[in-house]
Amino acid sequence: MIGSLGQPILFLVALGFGFGPIFKRAGAGNYMSFLAPGVIAQGIIFTAIFSGIELIWDRQFGFLKETLVAPVSRLNIMIGRTLGGATISTLQGVIIFFLTLLVGFRPTNLLMLPLALIIMFLTALLFTALGTAIASTLEDFQGFQMIMNFLIMPLFFLSGALFPLNDLPGIVGIISSFNPLSYGVDGLRGTLINVSHFGLTTDFLVLSGISILFLSIGSYLFSKIQV
Amino acid sequence: MNIIEVKNLTKKFKDFTAVDNISFEVKTGEVFAFLGPNGAGKSTTIKMLTTLLSPTSGTIAINGFDPGKDQDNVRKSFGIVFQDPSLDDELTAYENMDFHGVLYNIEKTLKIKRIRELLNIVDLWDRKDNLVKTFSGGMKRRLEIARGLLHHPKIFFLDEPTLGLDPQTRNQMWTYVSALNKKEGMTIFFTTHYMEEAEKIAQKIAVIDHGKIITQGTAEKLKNSTKTNSLEEAFLALTGKKIRDEEANPMEHLRMRRRMWRH
Repeated sequence: MIGSLGQPILFLVALGFGFGPIFKRAGAGNYMSFLAPGVIAQGIIFTAIFSGIELIWDRQFGFLKETLVAPVSRLNIMIGRTLGGATISTLQGVIIFFLTLLVGFRPTNLLMLPLALIIMFLTALLFTALGTAIASTLEDFQGFQMIMNFLIMPLFFLSGALFPLNDLPGIVGIISSFNPLSYGVDGLRGTLINVSHFGLTTDFLVLSGISILFLSIGSYLFSKIQV
Repeated sequence: MNIIEVKNLTKKFKDFTAVDNISFEVKTGEVFAFLGPNGAGKSTTIKMLTTLLSPTSGTIAINGFDPGKDQDNVRKSFGIVFQDPSLDDELTAYENMDFHGVLYNIEKTLKIKRIRELLNIVDLWDRKDNLVKTFSGGMKRRLEIARGLLHHPKIFFLDEPTLGLDPQTRNQMWTYVSALNKKEGMTIFFTTHYMEEAEKIAQKIAVIDHGKIITQGTAEKLKNSTKTNSLEEAFLALTGKKIRDEEANPMEHLRMRRRMWRH
């Protein structure tokens, strides 16, 4: 857990302080405030997808096999596992939130923090379920690098975590609006610094809807797992 | 009465036939050894018997239930020690036992009593509050055995339970398992590469190779039919002396990676 904090800190320090002056000169305000919610979202999505992917490992060498032969329904196991992963990822997000305070981030409205926590949890749930769904179909870690390069990284970079979604050139804008993480980042920005591209209601609905969708797909694939 | 009945069981992975039309029975209360070289189909068979894998064709009855249709009743009927460890390393020995009790819905006072009993038997009661990740291989195995017995299963599956254990631990483990078999009448189904273990404790032995059962019977019968003096010789006479190069499959990659990570 401590190790996985390295990357967010790097993003905060390098990008936050590095691009800060340019961002300001462009008249877009304080980049650190803009970046902090994105980095929190990044910490959550990485932890969440990994905790889902860990399933590959777990079903062979871990505890999972013990639960698969127990007289318990697969749906319960999947839901329990996903909620566990989502909780850890949310905690990760909370820790990064405190780290952002150290580098100078200040949320505009403290009363919105509980709502931010809900957005964090929904984002975490969505991506843990996605990780579980993918892992249910994989046999080993050979596909893992692919997932890293073609799923996690694009999700992160095209989510508006690092740059504003307004006025993006056509195709990038379209991709971003199909990226569920965009809504997580946007929701966090809406609750933490009161700046939102899609609107908080849309963020909330999209995140909940896709979470339910991924949970259903994940549960189905998980129920088909053979060891 | 037969507690395990397998008829014409086949499992195909794409064009590879891992288990090829095997049939066998295990009587209630019997100690049954399932032997075979690497890649012969032992683990695949155990996975089908324990609801982890569905057969391509054939029928299985575990304690009278079909693993395909009546999963929960099959799952309640057996306990298992897997080839690869399946404990939660981040929990203590006691917590691992307790969680098993919750999964199998064992009533609370009974659960507490049995955990104490079992941990005492496998000599881990003193270490009950230690995290499993601090345990040696032998201790983990003992804990897995205790855990597999917590819900008093009728059948106990052991997939190469003594792999990597020292002779002392192996001896102690088999003493305990055969005592259980004698005292409780529990059916034991195990695989091993140590022929002397099978010869000593199994009442019936089946030898599987290339997915087919070549022969089954008592150790005596196997030795007589091959005109050899020990089960090891009989086994070699039956399966040949050629070393099996198991094709590297994803599982082996994982296992290797795990070793590298852990050490």
